Amino acid sequence: MESAVAPTAGSVREPVLSLKGVSKGFGAVRALTDINLDIHAGEVVAIVGDNGAGKSTLVKILAGVHPQDSGTITFDGQVVSIPTPTASRALGIATVFQDLALCDNLDVVSNLFLGREITHGTLDEEEMEQRAWSLLRQLSAKIPSVRIAVASLSGGQRQTVAIARSLIGEPSVVILDEPTAALGVAQTAEVLNLIERLRERGLGVLIISHNMADVQAVADRVVVLRLGRNNGDFHVADVSYEEIISAITGATDNVVTRRASAHAVASAAEAHDAAAPPAGRATPDAVGPTLGKATVEEPLPDNATGADNHDDGSKEIR
Amino acid sequence: MTTSPTGSPADRAADLQDERLIRTEGVRGAVLAFQQRVRGGDLGSLPVIIGLVVIWVIFQILNPNFLSSNNLVNLTLQCAAVGTISIGIVLVLLLGQIDLSVGSVSGLAAAILGVGLTQLGWPVLLAVVVALVVGAAIGFLYGLLFTRFGVPSFVITLAGLLAFLGLQLKVLGPNGSINLPYDSWIVQFAQATFLPPWAAYGLAVLAAAAVFYTDIRRASRRRKAGLSTGAISVTLIKSISLLVLLVIVVAYLATDRGLGAMFLLFVVLVVVMNFFLTRTKWGRSVFAVGGSVEAARRAGIRVNRVYISVFILTSTFAALGGLLASARLTSASLSSGGGDTNLNAIAAAVIGGTSLFGGRGSAYSALLGILVIQSISNGLTLLNLDSSIRYMITGAVLLLAVIIDSLSRRSRASHGQA
Repeated sequence: MESAVAPTAGSVREPVLSLKGVSKGFGAVRALTDINLDIHAGEVVAIVGDNGAGKSTLVKILAGVHPQDSGTITFDGQVVSIPTPTASRALGIATVFQDLALCDNLDVVSNLFLGREITHGTLDEEEMEQRAWSLLRQLSAKIPSVRIAVASLSGGQRQTVAIARSLIGEPSVVILDEPTAALGVAQTAEVLNLIERLRERGLGVLIISHNMADVQAVADRVVVLRLGRNNGDFHVADVSYEEIISAITGATDNVVTRRASAHAVASAAEAHDAAAPPAGRATPDAVGPTLGKATVEEPLPDNATGADNHDDGSKEIR
Repeated sequence: MTTSPTGSPADRAADLQDERLIRTEGVRGAVLAFQQRVRGGDLGSLPVIIGLVVIWVIFQILNPNFLSSNNLVNLTLQCAAVGTISIGIVLVLLLGQIDLSVGSVSGLAAAILGVGLTQLGWPVLLAVVVALVVGAAIGFLYGLLFTRFGVPSFVITLAGLLAFLGLQLKVLGPNGSINLPYDSWIVQFAQATFLPPWAAYGLAVLAAAAVFYTDIRRASRRRKAGLSTGAISVTLIKSISLLVLLVIVVAYLATDRGLGAMFLLFVVLVVVMNFFLTRTKWGRSVFAVGGSVEAARRAGIRVNRVYISVFILTSTFAALGGLLASARLTSASLSSGGGDTNLNAIAAAVIGGTSLFGGRGSAYSALLGILVIQSISNGLTLLNLDSSIRYMITGAVLLLAVIIDSLSRRSRASHGQA
């Protein structure tokens, strides 16, 4: 993998997608409180957080599954509302959900253009196939044939098809929900390459991940959510693994650390380095899907949506 | 996984640049690709064609009249009505749903035709249109019930089976049986209209030419788009063998009455439906919904519209099949659309290779499947076998077809193509 952090001049430019003070509640639970988030063109932003931190809720707001209660979303400098998935897509936000939503019985071309077929009265298979190839080549995707059913592709190839499909509508922001979950080492690397290629194309990329190694490999910025609030916004280049973990678990703010800092004040000693109990066992190279096990004193609120299911809210007919 | 492509494949077609592709060319390539597909569980129409040949050989051995041109003409006419119903079943199966009421709907259409022609004095066209509209309305109702309330189509159409059987009896009134006027054009069309040989030969040539032309045109478009094209020899062999096959069929049927207009109508409907399924956006969305409803919905397909359109088409095809059946028998009665109509239509679609699990199949399975079903039924009748045995054998064949479907599904899964 080449150097993970591309030089971003993002801070000076206008962000392509910007959230200000976004809140969302489900009944008595406040899933998101005053979230601020900026995504610039050509930037990969990772959202990390424990289960129930509000990552999925945030994605669903951007994907138009449910609108926010308060706060503003600005897209290309204009305040927008995203009431439906169609509205989200029309704005230029493409969301790739974790379950990919591909039709296994159709071939790659049909899946790429599903719902957006090129027609001249009848389907223009030749043009679609040609454009499928050029798109997949741009992404350096390793798919041997676009005329085979998606069912026969590997997990990484399926993820590639799903990401490529999101690009058909020429979006300016791509949201990837757990793009490397359940993928092997090589396939994960392929998807990470793909994300870097999206960045090279000048797209704003938002990835949700539990995998700290992936985040550090590919993201420019890491936004940490904790209990529905912003709990840190780091440039990957200047942050350590431990710092991110501390922000995720709230290890800088619990009984142990409060006591430690109280002692520190009392004894005028530097207690800061001892402030992250779970960090001691982890190294920056460790792959951390089990990060959520870090000691957290207060109970996590439930997501109140019931589960992190990624359906778009419509009822399933079967 | 793989090394990056090292050679310079720029001169290759856009779809053949991956070095992992096993490249096959020409006639040999086509044969190899076919073998590979079959081994991978993508059986297509192969089992049913083999089955048809076996059935024909067995019946011919048991009764030399079976393959006589007279009997084959009868066979084609017997196929048309239930075959038309079966086209609708193919559509609804592609969505992974089912319509159990096609028999009742076809009977209702027959009753409307009979009562309209004899008791109400309607012109034939009006009666036909009313019957078809009633069919479409029933499908619309099913579609609404299905999409609004999410009731399984199995249950909706099972209710419809009873309800429309009742309506059929109601329409027929106390008589229970109505003879259609023999000189009305629909009866003439179904019973006595046969293509003159020159027209039949002309159609055969036209069909082969159309296949050749579409293949050539696709090849030239693919070349223009920088994609690979099949060998022209394969196209030639395909169209010539189709031409030979059609000419033989036409010539043989012409030694008796010839190609029946009703059978031709059925075949044309199959070809038209196949065109809509494979070449239009609507057809693509039918396959998509059959494959994964959620994926189709997220891709922006209006899933409910697809469901409703298919239910409408299924019931309309059922009504049309009922009209053809009653015209062929010159009567509409309590038993129209009853008995084994329902099961034969469903069995034909499944035997023809349309998967019960949705998302896989083709309009041609209605044609192939009904040929198998009617061959069995016709052959057993020739042997003077009781209908008890006929039912049992048809049931066994249906079971066999479903087993083949399930097995090929499993084979696809084990070849990573589920």
